[in-house]
Amino acid sequence: MQKRYCAIWFRYLLTDWLAIRKPELKDVPFVLAASEKNRIIIKAANQLAEKQGIIPGSTAADAKAVIPDLKVFDFIPGKAEKLLAAIGEWCIRYTPLIAVDAPDGLLLDISGCTHLWGGEKGYLQEILKRLKGKGYYVRGAIADTIGAAWAIARFGKEKAIIEPGGQTEALLKLPPAALRLDTAAVDRLHKLGFYTVQQFIGIKRSALRRRFGEQLLLRIDEALGTAAEHLQWIHPLHPYQERLPCLEPIQTATGIEIAIRNLLETLCNRLKSEGKGLRVAILRCYRVDGKLVGADIATGRPSCSVDHLFKLFALKIASIEPALGIELFTLEAPKVEDLMIDQEILWTPEGCGLESPQLAELLDKLANKIGAKNIQRYLPVESYWPERAYKPSLSLSETTTGKWRAGRPRPSLLLKKPERIEVTSLLPDNPPMLFIYKGEKHIIRKAEDAERIEPEWWLTQSPHRDYYLVEDEQGRRYWVFRSGHYDDADSQWYIHGFFA
Amino acid sequence: MQASKASIIQQLQQKILSWQGFASPAAAETKRMGLGPLEDAFPNGVFPTGAIHEMLCPTREQGAATAGLLSGIVTALMKNGGVCLWISADRRLYPPALLSFNILPEQVIFIDVAREKDVLWAMEEALKCEGLAAVVAEVREVSFAQSRRLQLAVEDSKVTGFLLRTDLKKLTTTTCVARWQITHLPGALPDGLPGVGFPRWQVELLRVRNGNPGSWIFEWNNKGFVPVEEPLAETEQHLTRQVG
Repeated sequence: MQKRYCAIWFRYLLTDWLAIRKPELKDVPFVLAASEKNRIIIKAANQLAEKQGIIPGSTAADAKAVIPDLKVFDFIPGKAEKLLAAIGEWCIRYTPLIAVDAPDGLLLDISGCTHLWGGEKGYLQEILKRLKGKGYYVRGAIADTIGAAWAIARFGKEKAIIEPGGQTEALLKLPPAALRLDTAAVDRLHKLGFYTVQQFIGIKRSALRRRFGEQLLLRIDEALGTAAEHLQWIHPLHPYQERLPCLEPIQTATGIEIAIRNLLETLCNRLKSEGKGLRVAILRCYRVDGKLVGADIATGRPSCSVDHLFKLFALKIASIEPALGIELFTLEAPKVEDLMIDQEILWTPEGCGLESPQLAELLDKLANKIGAKNIQRYLPVESYWPERAYKPSLSLSETTTGKWRAGRPRPSLLLKKPERIEVTSLLPDNPPMLFIYKGEKHIIRKAEDAERIEPEWWLTQSPHRDYYLVEDEQGRRYWVFRSGHYDDADSQWYIHGFFA
Repeated sequence: MQASKASIIQQLQQKILSWQGFASPAAAETKRMGLGPLEDAFPNGVFPTGAIHEMLCPTREQGAATAGLLSGIVTALMKNGGVCLWISADRRLYPPALLSFNILPEQVIFIDVAREKDVLWAMEEALKCEGLAAVVAEVREVSFAQSRRLQLAVEDSKVTGFLLRTDLKKLTTTTCVARWQITHLPGALPDGLPGVGFPRWQVELLRVRNGNPGSWIFEWNNKGFVPVEEPLAETEQHLTRQVG
């Protein structure tokens, strides 16, 4: 079969991408720059900047002299390749064989695909229209060989589609750079007065090889189609999705259960073989009446256990309304992570630790009903202020280098907000003699000395607290404090906690 | 003669227990909680793990005392690196305080549910998870049927559960293995020393399945429980206070 290739060139790939994300940049000149050998070198410039003579490779300082209000953004290394791979995956709709042509192009093997869009003209127009619609400046060309398509996409002036066998003729008027040569070879050709391919393509091969090396000959052969060229095609990741169409609409909970179990089994088999586990799963049920119902679950750590995942879904089956019946189930896992391999334990230790799978499964189950944010552990924080001495952690594996402060005792129960109390005390620095809380009088029999806690000055300006551990005549122990100094106008007594 | 009689009685008691479906734990499984004389109140003299305990704490002060005693018990249960779950709808427990009962606060997972109803659901699910050291739930009240569900969950997994009940208006029978009530007692210090001393509690076992209810005094001295021999005068004082 006659091979046909399409080359797509993104002239301003990175700047276009940034302008799509930040629409306010559409009408202003800007560049992407990175620091290189102590200079800030421009890596990419948008169309407006390039029109004023700013080309990649110059320094940002020079460019700013030309355009004083030029905007300079950071250049992200590797972004272009990632972007091209993503656009390439999107292009899978046009042909299954797509290769990334770093740094600024895509190559498509379109043999046998174009008739679906009414011929090559319609095909190319469709791709370019869609990409332009997204905001990219693109040029494309179709030819028999990769080399010719690449050259026409970048340097072609007359037509974008080269009919089969016409590549030699089309290449003749193009400059030597169109042959994908390195800059050194192009410079040497220019130096010798070769400004078009036409001027040197007729020269004997041995003479060309002697002067310009094997690369030039190879590139010429590739462009003309006498040498084969191989590309590395993109293999898009198959989404983790399963479908289950039903012959008869499903209306019962048992039916839904069987469907979920079936879907989970196939999905988990695939996950298991790839060593992955899912973190999020979304079930969608397409009803006969055209409505879409569903349920979603999330796990705390990657899992591919059918039983566990089914249990999570089982909690939500009641919320799925089948109405007249469900005719199609789909199960999708949008978030997938590498599975942690549990080591087989020869002697099961007594009690399961934080990393045990049973605990993770239990917490998943609870989290899917009451919400993951309501399940917390507490880690120490370096702070004396009681309310800030700990911080919540939603993850089971998180640890900190901080240590719990083992000093003065802390109350077992702490009020969320300190409550006001009426206090009588003998001397300013003495613990209170009695206090009234919620209408009950507590006569203090014993007390610990005051513990003064100052808030962190860089956080708040609130006054310090003098905490007292006091015990009343019945042996009940309270944590009370006075905020501020004794003789301050706004000093107040509060109760903050209850001791064991 | 006396000794033989006692042994006969003990054998008979054992038989009755086994007929009642109460499996006596194997020698290796016995765990001392450090509660000394209190543990003898339980059948076979062993603190029942893998069961539900019920603790009454109607006031906040009693809640704090209960949290203290409970932390001391849970420490012993968590000795092997286990995890404790604390489920509640309105939690006031201050995590750093667990440290003084030798529990690492990060080994405790706090589950805050919005509705009272979900506390029991979460507890039942947690009790089904084998290997947890302990599950603590703060509830207002629990019905007989609900307690039976918890008991069934516990029988397979052998997890120990603690119910902290705050509403004592409907104090009905439950399947819980024991009903506790803990109240503060004034701490004792050698004469002339300042401060408040170690926390001291009056621990009452109001109901014990197959055991003997009673009342004891304990102190916590940062290492473990210390049983306190009750001076007679104090008992009377305590009684009069209860009556009054």
